Parts: sequence; structure tokens; C-alpha cells
Amino acid sequence: MNPPFSVVFLTTFIGMAQGCFLALFGEQLREQFSTAPASGNLLSYGAMVVLLLLIAGLAASFFHLGHPERAWRAATMWRTSWLSREVIALPIFMCVVLIYATLSFFPVFNPDVSFNLLAAKSSLIIGVAGGVSLLLILICLGMVYLSIKILQQWRTHLPIVNFVLVSCVTGFVLAVGFYILLALVPTLRHVVDLDGVPIHWSLIVGLAGVFSLFLLFVCTGMIYACLKFLQQWHTPFTLANFILLGCSSGFMLATTLGAWLAPQTTHFFMTSTLILTIVAGIVRSASLLRNKGLVPKSTLQSAIGVKNPKIVQKSSGAMAPTFNRHQFNHGKTRLFIRSIKWIFLALVFVLPIVLLIVQLLTQVDLTLMLVTLLIQYLGLIAERWYFFADANHPQNIYYQVIC
Amino acid sequence: MSKKQLALAIDLNVCVGCSACVTSCKQWNTSGSAGAMADQNPYDADPSGTFFNRVQTFEVGSFPNTEVVHFPKSCMHCENPPCVPVCPTGASYKRAEDGIVLVDYDKCIGCNYCSWACPWGARELDEFKKVMTKCTLCVDRIYDESLDERDRKPACVLSCPTGARIFGDIKDPASDIAQAIDSRNGYQLMPEWETNPANHYLPRDNKNFDQHANADKSKDEEQK
Repeated sequence: MNPPFSVVFLTTFIGMAQGCFLALFGEQLREQFSTAPASGNLLSYGAMVVLLLLIAGLAASFFHLGHPERAWRAATMWRTSWLSREVIALPIFMCVVLIYATLSFFPVFNPDVSFNLLAAKSSLIIGVAGGVSLLLILICLGMVYLSIKILQQWRTHLPIVNFVLVSCVTGFVLAVGFYILLALVPTLRHVVDLDGVPIHWSLIVGLAGVFSLFLLFVCTGMIYACLKFLQQWHTPFTLANFILLGCSSGFMLATTLGAWLAPQTTHFFMTSTLILTIVAGIVRSASLLRNKGLVPKSTLQSAIGVKNPKIVQKSSGAMAPTFNRHQFNHGKTRLFIRSIKWIFLALVFVLPIVLLIVQLLTQVDLTLMLVTLLIQYLGLIAERWYFFADANHPQNIYYQVIC
Repeated sequence: MSKKQLALAIDLNVCVGCSACVTSCKQWNTSGSAGAMADQNPYDADPSGTFFNRVQTFEVGSFPNTEVVHFPKSCMHCENPPCVPVCPTGASYKRAEDGIVLVDYDKCIGCNYCSWACPWGARELDEFKKVMTKCTLCVDRIYDESLDERDRKPACVLSCPTGARIFGDIKDPASDIAQAIDSRNGYQLMPEWETNPANHYLPRDNKNFDQHANADKSKDEEQK
């Protein structure tokens, strides 16, 4: 594929934003439920940065479209299209981040609520909403099977009833099991017992943010992973890489913000970033190895239906540089592609990991963190470029020579 | 699966690679109400443009036993079209009544995603209209009752001087196309992706030419 830079910026920006929000929420949880000192402006400023990144990503995506003025139409086909689902998931996440940022910026909207009071007021609403959404999920799940016309055994409403009943029973058994566990282990009871602990409304909004950011990760990853012709993408690695690289870069951003606004948080952020970057590096390397060993499913023989082992293309048809050549061919040499691979491995993983370890062993330095962030982001652009260039579209079989 | 499935069958025995189908396709579809199929630098050194149909040329075998295969390729109008479900706007759709895969140019946002999902590269973004375009099987012609009945066929089929292109409903066993596919071992391209392309190709009859169907026959014989 010919890497579209609008999509390269879209996916790297929103991935970083999602990871950063996850990091901020982690910090908020840490402050809420441990004795960690408060991080001051970090959460509110951080949420603003996340929002700006999301806006930048959304803006970049418009450059990909032939008719950006019709972009709203892209939200209509969520039943079948992962792209459409992403188009819905992104604004949802943006709204949640906006609310989160507003709550964090203006304490007047974000009073401390003791947990039992909050629970009394909101658990009913949340409980009802949760119950309704659970039922919806179960109905959707049932409909997945019911909607397949050719499988007549499933063409009844029984699957839905089945799913609802079985889920209720399993849920009840799990709840009883949890209750027994709490009764047996007193220390667990202490952790779960939140009576009287003051929490912010933003914590609940943050939880919604975490849900929506993972939803967005899944949608973005699946846009690529669902295309079975692109064998390099049609793997769970695609999803794993989007999530891990987003988290690694997002936590890196959070570490930098922490080093600037709340130095006491950087140890937590930096350790998490280090772990995430190492894991992301391992998974990305594994996906590179997997793609290296791929055998193309389509050949010149299957493409034109001639079994002769020796076929040479002489012409790819009217006019040479077509949409097809431009869209699916990067036109770069193998050496260039291989260089990009090693460059991104060094910039996204090796250098940042070294720089993080150095700072963990000595002391956190804001300038050095900024440099690390920048290096990793440049590497991420190379990584995403490579991700596209690496995917070999079967249509290229038909466009091997210009005549 | 639709009850009716219009499609083309292309006879590789008689295609001479003259590109009359390419130019007649361009002529008909550039003149319709959907607007022109844009070209860039058509008369300069670096010409480019939108085509719904292209004839590609392959050399098969080793010298002196080589044959040239001219290979027209347009949208396969798959019965299980992978380009349709990925469309975020619903602009790409498959008609229930006759199985033609079409793009609604007024809904298309030009995101290219459907072209990524087509293994044949049958979809081309028009650089001027900025929407995805593709073979329509001349949908604006085949149902036009102001034309003589014999002219209600895709432009490429009417223009082919050797009769290499057969048009019709592959689900109707009595149709010319269904009979040709059945009696002459018509095959689909890239069956490995399970999209069930509606367009078929009729293999060469030459016994020395290791063609799809012949290879399959020999496989069958081996099994016997």
C-alpha cells in the first residue's frame, strides 16, 4: 500500500491521546485509592492535551477524504463497517474527554462526593443504565446468530432468551462466588469497602473514557485487521500493536507532562511507560517476524486462472500511472523499506527504553523527556508508514509492468 | 445471494487485446448523466485516467511454447462483495434485483476504503469527481427501453469485434452465459478469497496450454 500520511497522523495522534488518557486515569485512581500525593494541574492540563491531540487527529483524517463535506455520512453504516464504527467511537471519546477536562478544570463542577452518598444517588441510575445496556448486549449477541438466514436452527427468538437466561444465571453464580470470597478473605473486604471515601465525579467520567478509548482502539485496529486480502494486516497482531503502541506513546506523553507539572508522579508514569514500551517492542517484533514468513495466498496463476508456472506480465492496460498504481504501490526500493523498519525499531523502542532507564537510574529531566517523546513520535510516524508499505495488496499482481 | 445475477463471461480463446471494450466503455460511461470519467494529461508524457475496464497482457509458458493471453478485467460483481460491507456511508451497494455492485456517487466520501477491500483493483477513484467509480455493467443502458432490445447490453459487449464477451444472468440456466460457463469450464478469478465473483473466464481450448480447467481435468483423472 502507498501510506496515506493523513491516516498516519490520524492513527498516531489518536493512539497517543488514548494512551495518555489511560495514564491520567491510572494516576487519578492511584491518588484516589492510595496515599499518593495529589498531582495538582496534571489531570486537567493532561486532559486538554489529550483533547487537542484528538482534534488534530480528526482534522488530519479529513485530508484523506475526497469529499470531506460529506464526512457525516460515514457514521451511518456502523452495522457492517469498522470505519463507520470508528467514526462514531472517536467523537464519543472526544466528548467524554471534554467533560473530563471540564470537571478537572473547574472544581465547582467537580465536588467531592463521599462514596456512599454518591452511591445512593447515582447507583440507581448507573444500575438501571448498566442493566439496560447489558440486556442490549445480550440481545445483540443473540441477534448475531439469529440474523444468519441460512442457519435455520438459529432463526428463532430462542437464542436471545437463552443468552439472557444463561447470562443471568452465570452472573448470579459469579456474584455469590465473589460474596463468599469476600467473606473468607478479610483484606479483600477492606479494599472493596469504599464507604465514606470521597471521590470526584471525574472518576466516573474517566471510567467512561477508558471504556470509550478501548472501543476506539478496537475500531481503529479492526479497520485494518478485517481486510482478509491484506494478509499482513489480517491478524490479531494489528489490534495488539495499535493498542500497545498507542499506550506506549500515550504514557510517554503523560510522563513528560508529569515531569513538567507534577514531578512526584513521574516514577509511576515512567515505570509504566518502560514496561509498556518493552511489551510493545516484543509484540511489534513478533508481528514483523510473522509477516516475514507470510506466503501470498494469491499468485499470478490464481489471478488469471492459468496454471502454467511460467507467466510474465507484458502490459497492465490502458494508460500507465493509474489510481491503482498510486494507491497500492509505494514505489520505494526494498532497501528504503528495510531501512525504515530498522529506523522505527530504534526510534520507537530501543532509544526510548535506554533513555527511560537512564532517567530512572539517575533523575527525571524535563528536557530529556521531551527529547524522548519527540524521538518516539518520529519513530511512530515511520512505524505507521511501514505498517502501510508492508501490506501487499493482491491487486498488485495485475499491475506489475507498465507498457 | 440474489436470484438474478448479471455478469460477464470472457472468452480467452478469442480476445485479441484490441481494447475496443476499453474505449467503448470509456465512451459510454463518460457521456452519461453521472459525469465524465476524468483523464489527467491524456496527450502528454505521463497520461493517467479513470477506466472501468482494462485489458492486460500476459505471456504464458517458455519459448518456443509461449502464448500471449490478453486479459480484460473489470468489476467481478461478486456475489459476496467484500467492498460493500466496509463502506462507511452505504454508497457502495449490491442491487438485490440483479446483483450489480454499484456506487452512489452522491453518498461516496472518497475514503478509498472499498478499493482496499477489493482484491482485483477493480475500483478507481476519479481524480476529478473525487468519488469511487467502477464498472456498472452499463446499468443505464441495459434496461433502457428506448433502445433496440439487441442494444440493451453493456457497451463493451456490443463493441467486441470477436464476440469474446458474453453478458447475461448466470443464475438462469437457459442463458447464453450460463451455458457457456457450464459447457466450457468457465472459472472465477482468485477463488481463494471466497467472494464468489460473478464474472467468469472461459479457458483456452489449446491442449498444450496449461490452462485452469485442463489442469483441473488432469487432476480429476489422477484421482480416478
